Amino acid sequence: MAHGPAKGIGRWLYATNHKDIGTMYLWFSFAMFILGGAFAMIIRAELFAPGMQLIKPEFFNQMTTMHGLIMVFGAIMPAFVGLANWLIPMQIGAPDMALPRMNNLSFWILPFGFSLLAATLFMEGGAPNFGWTFYAPLSTTYAPPTVNFFIFGVHIIGASSIMGSINIIATVLNLRAPGMTLMKMPLFVWTWLITAFLLVAVMPVLAGAVTMMLMDINFGTSFFDAAGGGDPVLFQHVFWFFGHPEVYIIILPAFGVISAIIPTFSRKPLFGYSSMVYATSAIAFLSFIVWAHHMYTVGMPLAGELYFMYATMLIAVPTGVKVFNWIATMFGGAISYETPMLFSIAFVILFTIGGFTGLMLAMAPADIQYHDSYFVVAHFHYVMVAGAVFSMSAAVYYWLPKWTGKMYSEAMGKTHFWLAFIGFNVTFFPQHFLGLAGMPRRYADYALQFTEWNMVSTVGAFIYGAAQILFLYNVIRTIVAGTPAPEEKTWEGAEGLEWTLPSPPPFHSFSTPPEVK
Amino acid sequence: MSARPIRKTAIKLLFTVVLMFLFAVFVMPPLYDVFCEIAGIGGKTEGQYEESEDQIVDSERVVRVQFVATNNGAMPWEFSPTEYQVKVNPGASTAVEFYARNPTRRDMVAQAIPNVAPANAAPYFHKTECFCFNQQELKAGEEANMGLVFIVDPELPANVNTITLSYTLFDITNREGEDNQSEPLASLN
Amino acid sequence: MLSRLKQLVVYALNPLVLLSCAGMASAKEAGSDQPEGWSLLNMPVGVTESARNSYDIHMYVIWVCVAIGVVVFGVMIYSMLAHRKSLGHEPATFHESTTVELAWTIIPVFILVALAVPATTSMVERYDSSEADIDIKITGYQWKWQYEYLGEDIQFMSELSTSEPAIYGKESKTEYYLTEVNEPLVIPVGKKVRFLVTAKDVIHAWWVPDLGVKKDAIPGFINETWTRVEEPGIYRGFCAELCGKGHAFMPVVVNVVEADEYAQWLADKKAAVAAERELANKSFTLEELMAKGEEAYNRSCASCHMANGEGIPGAFPGLKASPLTLGPVADHIDMVVNGSATNAAMQAFGGQLSEVDLAAIITYERNAWGNDALGDDDKIVQPIDVLKFKQGQ
Repeated sequence: MAHGPAKGIGRWLYATNHKDIGTMYLWFSFAMFILGGAFAMIIRAELFAPGMQLIKPEFFNQMTTMHGLIMVFGAIMPAFVGLANWLIPMQIGAPDMALPRMNNLSFWILPFGFSLLAATLFMEGGAPNFGWTFYAPLSTTYAPPTVNFFIFGVHIIGASSIMGSINIIATVLNLRAPGMTLMKMPLFVWTWLITAFLLVAVMPVLAGAVTMMLMDINFGTSFFDAAGGGDPVLFQHVFWFFGHPEVYIIILPAFGVISAIIPTFSRKPLFGYSSMVYATSAIAFLSFIVWAHHMYTVGMPLAGELYFMYATMLIAVPTGVKVFNWIATMFGGAISYETPMLFSIAFVILFTIGGFTGLMLAMAPADIQYHDSYFVVAHFHYVMVAGAVFSMSAAVYYWLPKWTGKMYSEAMGKTHFWLAFIGFNVTFFPQHFLGLAGMPRRYADYALQFTEWNMVSTVGAFIYGAAQILFLYNVIRTIVAGTPAPEEKTWEGAEGLEWTLPSPPPFHSFSTPPEVK
Repeated sequence: MSARPIRKTAIKLLFTVVLMFLFAVFVMPPLYDVFCEIAGIGGKTEGQYEESEDQIVDSERVVRVQFVATNNGAMPWEFSPTEYQVKVNPGASTAVEFYARNPTRRDMVAQAIPNVAPANAAPYFHKTECFCFNQQELKAGEEANMGLVFIVDPELPANVNTITLSYTLFDITNREGEDNQSEPLASLN
Repeated sequence: MLSRLKQLVVYALNPLVLLSCAGMASAKEAGSDQPEGWSLLNMPVGVTESARNSYDIHMYVIWVCVAIGVVVFGVMIYSMLAHRKSLGHEPATFHESTTVELAWTIIPVFILVALAVPATTSMVERYDSSEADIDIKITGYQWKWQYEYLGEDIQFMSELSTSEPAIYGKESKTEYYLTEVNEPLVIPVGKKVRFLVTAKDVIHAWWVPDLGVKKDAIPGFINETWTRVEEPGIYRGFCAELCGKGHAFMPVVVNVVEADEYAQWLADKKAAVAAERELANKSFTLEELMAKGEEAYNRSCASCHMANGEGIPGAFPGLKASPLTLGPVADHIDMVVNGSATNAAMQAFGGQLSEVDLAAIITYERNAWGNDALGDDDKIVQPIDVLKFKQGQ
C-alpha cells in the first residue's frame, strides 16, 4: 500500500488521499473567502457615505445575498471540512478517510455548485437578491429568473456537505486506532463528529426548503403561497429549522480548534474534557428547538414567544461552560503568545462578546427593537468572523508547520493578527451602535444620522480585508520558502497523535495503527 | 479494517438523509398546518363549520368583529366589506357581505384567503358559509355581493374583545386549469 | 512581549469600555433631543410603554453581561499576565474539578432566571388586548406603506419624498434624508391605536424605534399590534424586512398630535378627499398634466421604470418608446389602473392614486423621453377619461 501521490493534474482530479483533498478544500475555501470578501468590500464601500455612489440598490441586494451565501457555504463550511480531512485521520490514528472516493466526489462537485451560483451575476435579472435567508415570497413569486440556478447550486453544495459529513462520521466511528475510545478522542474530532450529525440532519431540510421553492416557482404548488393555502411563514420555520443548527455547524469545529490550541500554548491539559463533550452535545441538541427566535416579530402567540425565549437563553449555559473551561485551561499554565494563541485568545474574547449579544437577542421584548437591525449584523459577525474565521486562521498557523514541514513567519503572522483584530473590531463594534440607533440591516442607503459610524465601519473593513492578503502571502511564502519546521513537535506543549508523525506527514498517515494508552 | 462496518454506517446515514428530506417536504408543511389550526398560529381559520342545533348564544357578551380586505399583488378588483364592523353575541349566527367588482376588460377568477387577528381568536371564529370556500369568477365589468355567515364561539378567550377578519384577494386566473389547485383550496380554507 | 501584552489587554477591554460608555451616554440622552452622529450609541428610550420596556430589558441585560464580562475577562487577563512562560511560570497540571464545573453550570441558570422574569412580564404586557380607540390597517407595498383608518373612509399611500437626485448625489441631502414621506401617519396622543399589519406583495416589517413597535407585514396574513404614544411629536422609522431593491427607501413617519388636532386633521382629510374627487371632472392642459405627471411618476413609478423611463433590463420593462406608451390609450390606462395580468410586480394603481394623478402619469408617460414624437396620436388623458374607464366606459 505504500505508494506516493500521482503526478501532475491527475493527483488532484482523481485524488482520494485525505491530505490532498483537504488541501484542495482549504484552497477552495480561501478562494471563496476572497470572493465573498470582495463582495463585502463593495458593500462597505457603498455604505461609506449616505447616498448611492458606486452601485445601484438592486445590485447592492445581490451583493449582500452573494456575500452571505458564499461566506457561509463556500468559505467557512468547506474550510472546516478541509481541516477535518487533514486532521481527523491523523488525530485518530487512521491511514485515511473511510470513504475516499466519495471524498473526491464531495469536493469536486463544489466548484460546479459555486460556478452555478456565481454565474448568475452575469445573467439577465442579476444574481439572487433576496438575502441569504431567501424568505418567500421575495425568493419565489418575486424572485429573478436566476433563482433556479441558485436552487440547483444549493442542492449541489448541500450534497457535498452531506457526503463530507457521512465520510467524517464513518471515519470516526470505524477507523479509530486500537485504544482510542470515544472519550479519548481529541476535542476537534468530537466537535466534528457532532457537527457531522447536525449536517446529516439539517442539510436535507435545506434541500427540502429549496425543493419546495422550486416546485412553487415552476410547478404550481403552493407551499409558501397563501393563494393556494400555503404560508410564507412556513418557509421561515423550515429555513430556521435548518438555519439555527447551521450556525452551530459553523462554530462547533471552531470550538474544537480552540480546544486544541489553548492547552498547547498554556502547556497544560484541557480543563474539563468531558464537560466539553457534554456541552457540545447539549448545544447541538438545543439548536434543534430554538429556531423561531429568529422570528419574534412574525406574529407568534405569546406562549410561542416565551418558549423560544427560554429555550434560547438556555444555550448560554453550555456555551458558558466552554468559555469557562478555556479560561480555566489557561489559568495556572505557562502561557506563550505565538500567532495561533493570539487568534485563539481573540476568539475567546470576541466570541464571548458575540455570546453576550446573543443572549441580548434572545430576550424577546428587547429583540423587538434589535430584530433585523445592524445589531444583528454585528452579533453574527462576532460569532462567524471572530468565531469561525479567527479559529480557522489560528488552525492554519497551528498546523501549517505539520502540513508543510516548514515554519511560517511569526512576525508576519502577528502583524496579520493585529491587523485582523483591530480591523475586525473597528468594522463590527460600531455596527452595534448603528443597530441600536435604528439602522435596519440590508439597507443600500441610510439616513444621515448613521453616517459617522458607517464610515468607521468601512475603514475597519478595508483594514480587515488587507490583513487577509498578508495572510495569503505568509502561507504561500511558507510553502515556497519557509524554514524547515524543527521536528515532529513544532510546539512544545502540543499533544495528540498528529504530533507523533513527521512533518510533513507521510502520504498515508498511519499505515500501522499506533498504540493509544 | 474491513469495509463492511463503514458501508453500514454510510448506508444508515444516507437513509437518515433521505428521511430528513422527506420529513421537510412531506411532513413539516402538514404538521405546521395542524399545529397552526390547534394553536391558532398565523390566524388561519378552519374550513366550513357545521352549526349544531343547540348552539348556545351568550347574550351577555358583545364582541366587535371587524372586516378588512386587501388585494394581493396586481389584483385590480374593487373589493371591500359592505360594513367595516359588526357587534355580535358569541354563539349567534351573523351574515355579512363583501362587495367585489372586476373593473378590467377581461374575465377573471379570484380566491379570497381568510385570516384572523388576534391569532388566538382564530380557532373560535367559525364560518358556516363563506365565499372563500369557492373561487370567485367575475366577467369583465361584472360586480357581485359575496356572502359570509359566521359564528363566534362562546368559548372565545375572555380577553379578546375585537376580532378582525381579513380577506386577501388573489388573482388566480392564470392558475386555472392546473387541476391541482381547485380541490385543496376548498378543504384548506 | 510585555508591550504587546499590554496592547492586547487594552484592546480586550476596549469593547467593554465602549459598551459601558454606551450605557452612560444613553442615560444622559434620555431627556434631550435625538442624539446624532458619534453620540448615537444606544437604543432610544422611546415614547411608549412598550419602547421603555424594551429599553429597560436591554439595559438590564447589558449590565448583567458587563458584570459577567468583567469577572470572566478579569480572570482571563490576570492569567494572561501572571501565568506567562516568559516570566518563568511553571504550568499547573489540574484539568478538572467537579465542584467548579457544577458551580459554573448552575450559577448561570440562576442568572438566566433573573433575566427571564422581567422579560416575561414585559412580553405579557405587549399582548394586552384591551379595546383600542382607533384601528388602522397598515399595508406594506413594494416600496411604500398604505394606511387605512377603519370606519373613517380614509386611506392613503405614504411614500418616500426624498428626491432621486438627492440619493444619487446630484442634489444636496437635507436633514431628513430617507426618513421623510409625502404624507405621514397621523395619530392622537394618549389613545390606544391598534395596527393591523399586512402586505400586498412580499414580506415587509413596520418599525418605529421610538414607539417600540416592529411587526412583520405578511402577504395573505394579518398581524396585530398596538401603541399608545405619550408625547406628541414626529417619529421616524423604517421597513425592517428585506423586500426588494426599494427596501431602504420606504420609511415610516408617524405624526403624533393632540386629540383636537387629530379631529381637525380627520375633517380636513375627508374634505381633501372630496375635493380630489371633484377635480376628476376638471379638464387640464398638457402642461399641467405633464408637471403633475412628472412629480407623481417620480414618486410612484420611477423606482422600477426609472426616472429616465428606461426601466431595468431583465427586471422592469422600459417605457421609453415602448409598445405600451406608444400604443392605444385604452391599453395604457388599463395597465396603469388595473395592473398587469401576467406580472405581479406591476400593481393596479387604480385604487392607490387619484384620477388626476393617474391621468397625469399616463399623459406624462405618453409624452416624456421623446415619446411625444412617436406612435399613437392620443397624447393627452384627462382625469375624466380615467374615471370613465374605471366605471366601465
